[in-house]
Amino acid sequence: MITIAKKTPEVDVSKHILVPKHIKLNDKEKASLLEKYKITLEELPRIFIDDPAVANLELTTDDVILVKRPSETAGITDFYRRVVK
Amino acid sequence: MEALYKEYQDKISGKLLSDIKEAMPEKYTKSQLKEILDLVAEEYEVSKIEAGESVGLVSAQSVGEPGTQMTLNTFHFAGVAEFNVTVGLPRIIEILDGRKKISTPMMEIYLKGPYAKGKDIKKIAESIKQTEFRDFIREISLEITEGILEVTIDLDKLKRVDLKEVKLMKILEKALKGFTLKQDKNKVIIKTKGKQESISELYKAKEKIKSIYVSGIKGILQVLPVKREEEFIIMTAGSNLKEIFKLDYVDTDRTLTNDIFEIRDILGIEAARQAVINEVFKVIENQGLNVDIRHIMLISDTMSFTGKVRGITRYGVVNDKSSVLARASFETPVKHIINAALIGETDPLSSVVENVMINQMIPVGTGLPKLVAQINKKEDKKKK
Repeated sequence: MITIAKKTPEVDVSKHILVPKHIKLNDKEKASLLEKYKITLEELPRIFIDDPAVANLELTTDDVILVKRPSETAGITDFYRRVVK
Repeated sequence: MEALYKEYQDKISGKLLSDIKEAMPEKYTKSQLKEILDLVAEEYEVSKIEAGESVGLVSAQSVGEPGTQMTLNTFHFAGVAEFNVTVGLPRIIEILDGRKKISTPMMEIYLKGPYAKGKDIKKIAESIKQTEFRDFIREISLEITEGILEVTIDLDKLKRVDLKEVKLMKILEKALKGFTLKQDKNKVIIKTKGKQESISELYKAKEKIKSIYVSGIKGILQVLPVKREEEFIIMTAGSNLKEIFKLDYVDTDRTLTNDIFEIRDILGIEAARQAVINEVFKVIENQGLNVDIRHIMLISDTMSFTGKVRGITRYGVVNDKSSVLARASFETPVKHIINAALIGETDPLSSVVENVMINQMIPVGTGLPKLVAQINKKEDKKKK
């Protein structure tokens, strides 16, 4: 007998095949990233603070998220996004 | 050996490195490996795109040309199922324009544990599908003289979706306010409340009851269980990722939809970026065309830059350009120029299009580097 049983808690999306690993950078890593590419924080691509993929991270705006993307051409590549509201 | 591999981690990308590891013969010396890695590292460095290369332009050409060869057929019947699938150019346009409502949303629902092996697969599929009251109606008759609407229900069908009659009556009562309902075996008799019998109200009710939502998941219009490599999955026409994820027999790690905006909302911007790449590449591959995936990755990166999915349209990516002239050169030039004039916008002329327009060197390739003179230092020396 199949009844549509509903899960109460929100689904953990971090394990989904489309979702790469999201890691929060600490201040030191953040500074060295900006230094390495000689950019300002505003020039980084953005991610919204309420993005489902970063829901389990404690964030404030202007944090930098490191995304470990599985890339078809380069194995695992690093990508960075700035947290915005 | 491992230490040597580690040394080259920064010079050679991870995938290449593991490819080399696999391809190496059983016996080799350290110096041989070093030679190989050096050569690969050199080739890798050469193959990298150079600063100032106009990658966007190359991407546009590389996607645009095969686009001319794609089918214009919107509909195509995909094999076994009676599904309509948008393929070819219309699908590409749909994705890249960032349309919020796509023409044929579809899902691939993966199942967990025993259900993936086919347990209750038909029942699950049936229970997911959105059903309306019309699916259970066998006959409707409107008796004007008595002022009643008589609906005959297909009880077998009710059983198949595992729905109790009492529950169905409750749903109907909720949806039909201002009417009294009475059940008589497989018949439902609907009457207007109050003494006055309004025929027109009954007529309205007759149409209304057909589209009352009864069970299943809203948006899932058709279901089809398919066997794919030892595993049963459910393909659906229509998409509702949020509700499907709430079901406890669904494998939430692999279930997919082709609706990019839904993915953005449920799985986040990075997933949406990957979904754009996958969807565009799927279409191009389907058409037997060959476009390097890097071009699609570039487009997808641009679309997902701001954390939202933006289409390559005058409302999306182009609207966010900082240069007035660049925006004006795309579409609706008069609107952009007038608006810019009204608020006194300045154009730094820092990109390509605007410099083409005013016949200046464009910052691409050898036009990119600028001369920097340290004037102050010279003056200092003179003073001495």
